[in-house]
Amino acid sequence: MNALEVSDVSFSYGAREVLHALSFSCPKGRLTALLGPNGAGKTTLISLLTCLFPIQKGQIHVSEHDLSRTPRLALRELGVVFQQSTLDLDLSVEQNLRYHASLHGFSPTDAKQRINDELARQHLSDRRHDKVRLLNGGHRRRVEITRALLHNPRLLLLDEASVGLDPASRQALQAHLRSLCAERDIAVLSTTHLLDEIGPEDHVLILNQGALVANGSIAAIQAQYQQQSLPQIFAQLTQKEAL
Amino acid sequence: MKAYWYCLSGIFFREWLRFWQQRTRLLSALVRPLLWLIVFASGFRAALGIAIIAPYDTYITYETYIVPGLVCMILLFNGMQSSLSMVYDREMGSMRILLTSPQPRSLLLICKLMASACISIVQVYIFLAITWVYGVQPPWLGLLSALPALFMVALMLGASGLLLSNGIRQLENFAGVMNFVIFPLFFLSSALYPLWKMQEASLWLYWICLINPFSHAVELVRYALYLQFNGSALLVCAATTLICLILAVLTFSPKRTSLRSANANNSHDKRAAL
Repeated sequence: MNALEVSDVSFSYGAREVLHALSFSCPKGRLTALLGPNGAGKTTLISLLTCLFPIQKGQIHVSEHDLSRTPRLALRELGVVFQQSTLDLDLSVEQNLRYHASLHGFSPTDAKQRINDELARQHLSDRRHDKVRLLNGGHRRRVEITRALLHNPRLLLLDEASVGLDPASRQALQAHLRSLCAERDIAVLSTTHLLDEIGPEDHVLILNQGALVANGSIAAIQAQYQQQSLPQIFAQLTQKEAL
Repeated sequence: MKAYWYCLSGIFFREWLRFWQQRTRLLSALVRPLLWLIVFASGFRAALGIAIIAPYDTYITYETYIVPGLVCMILLFNGMQSSLSMVYDREMGSMRILLTSPQPRSLLLICKLMASACISIVQVYIFLAITWVYGVQPPWLGLLSALPALFMVALMLGASGLLLSNGIRQLENFAGVMNFVIFPLFFLSSALYPLWKMQEASLWLYWICLINPFSHAVELVRYALYLQFNGSALLVCAATTLICLILAVLTFSPKRTSLRSANANNSHDKRAAL
């Protein structure tokens, strides 16, 4: 079963269509990389998936919950890490997590248990009382991922989560995401424009000017484009449209 | 229902922590009305004669008269500051974490409003404790009976702030709120001078003061502090709260939140590219 099903979704800002008839799915237990140059429509898509924008055309299902009809049920199954940090810098790691737990309606006892478990899983237990302001970029991202996983979602969305991180932190983040897919059988949809973040097992979506121009495993996409490398295929698909 | 309660307590907890960590905010919230009380009121005490007016049953000092107005000044500035914090949260992207919660958005906004109101009331009681030491001493029971009135006024001003924040496109535009909202609301009210004084000076200004909901907020608190009930003031405040709250919820657009953050991300990308 897929954690996310997007069917024929289009979106316009006034007369300008920024997403055109998108259809794809994100399988459980696997990382799906959504690639695209700046302005391709990645952030608009994330805004649709998180109910920040209304769905104008098409359907989106998160774990079988229709995002238009039952948004609250769908949002329960969704963990989100936005590109721009949404942590409160003046609060501690634990206080940020408690706030998130309360927004999901967890009792203080339940929240405490979940926070303890999740911090231990992410190896962040010793930083729980640190103010977020004192953490480095990599640790802040891990805290945001911990927060996004607190309510045990079926789908984790990351919007260019590696922006601003050094190469080592980026690599650690990617490894961490893949281990999450394997250990917890959740689907991860990660938007990026950094091709070196894609692994051989990942499912790849390439978005250009609001349209999906490639959808499948790296091997399948390479077979379709005469065994070129992914950067070559990406350049071909995105520049062709731009020209 | 329990989930809503946990949500409210979580938002309250966060607002309290933020308030506690920004103690200079408390200081600045108190300095402003204290300056008015100690400096302004001393200067104007002689200039403004006060007759016996309701709810007072005797002649009072000017300091005694303006304390309810200054209490409402704290609530007014806090209400507008909470709208500033909403604009800031929207610009910085932290509002998105609130909006991706599975709780109803109207509930989230109301919870945020109630939490801000409670924080404002804490500041008011600290101010009232200082004025007590200074010599302005309403009845003890009045301090208790004023609590519901203070909560109503804090909600009214918070809801107005929330509505305003929906219309403010950028953080920089907030200075306009000071000039076009806070100052007219405060000065065109009964906070600093009784309305009969205003009527003697200018009839049209008197009518403006009379239709200003802030005048009714001041009178509601003034009456409650002296153990009296002002029904018409309560009605005006309740109606204003309800209208502002409904309009704020209806005009709140998560799309705008996301667009602002996307713009911030794009400018970040451009800076990174440079």
